[in-house]
Amino acid sequence: MQVRVFVTPRKGILDPQGRAVEGSLHSLGFKNVSGVKVGKFITFEIDARSAAEASAQAKKMCEQLLANAVIEDFRFEVDSR
Amino acid sequence: MKWGVVRFPGSLDDADSVHALADVMGQSAFMLWHKETSLRGAECVLLPGGFSYGDYLRTGAIARFSPVMESVAKFAADGGLVIGTCNGFQILCEAHLLPGALTRNRTLSFICERVTLRVENASTPFTCAMKQGELLRLPIKHGEGLYVAPEDELLQMEERGQVLLRYVDDDGRETEAANLNGSTRAIAGVANERFNVFGLMPHPEHAVEPMLGGIDGRKIFQSIIESVR
Repeated sequence: MQVRVFVTPRKGILDPQGRAVEGSLHSLGFKNVSGVKVGKFITFEIDARSAAEASAQAKKMCEQLLANAVIEDFRFEVDSR
Repeated sequence: MKWGVVRFPGSLDDADSVHALADVMGQSAFMLWHKETSLRGAECVLLPGGFSYGDYLRTGAIARFSPVMESVAKFAADGGLVIGTCNGFQILCEAHLLPGALTRNRTLSFICERVTLRVENASTPFTCAMKQGELLRLPIKHGEGLYVAPEDELLQMEERGQVLLRYVDDDGRETEAANLNGSTRAIAGVANERFNVFGLMPHPEHAVEPMLGGIDGRKIFQSIIESVR
């Protein structure tokens, strides 16, 4: 099974990278862009009996290591194909 | 007093810290490898600056799981004194030994400057050799020193006096220009609730000799030494 984790700066937390990218997009002429956030994409294979088991483990991984709850939000997808 | 300085893969200021403590402050200071689990009788543990584990994932996020950190956490839980400078501060936050987190500087650039700091609480083991409101000149050198914490937690920290150092201008005033990395409430250094763990972005170990531009860093080490007497 494949797990895809998305880590993004938490709402309300300063995201200077997102702000800089947004400024650059504006100067390229994409004036209709707002709310840019720069985060991380982490993907891995996991050997689990079910998608539910993989999900439960992925959640723990996010909470313990992959994201820092003070500054980041996370979500993930489990692909059981 | 016995000091253990932890060396993680990617630590930079470990040798300078031992030099500052041993050669300048006259302390017994030794290096602790990150795989050690014994703190070898250290009375204060120092987590130095650098780029532990290449800053992969987040600064301090991987170092936090080094074997030595389990012992450091236990030591801190028993009331032992722990100080983290720069990357050490980031590791202490990741390890939840200190509140909050450190993230990318407001400017997105690496900042290497000498800054002025104001002592906000002089009645802690890390500041007791200084006066309330005293100004210090220390160097900073970091890309990720912007301190953040949830607003309600910040309010409680302020109330309890956990903010020990703040970035100010040369007259001791908080200004946006003096807060180079853009830290929330201009916070440069914080302690835990028990006041036995302290983290700061500036580098006291790089300010202990007049030849290198100042000796204000000694005051922080001196405070710790006086606090255990």
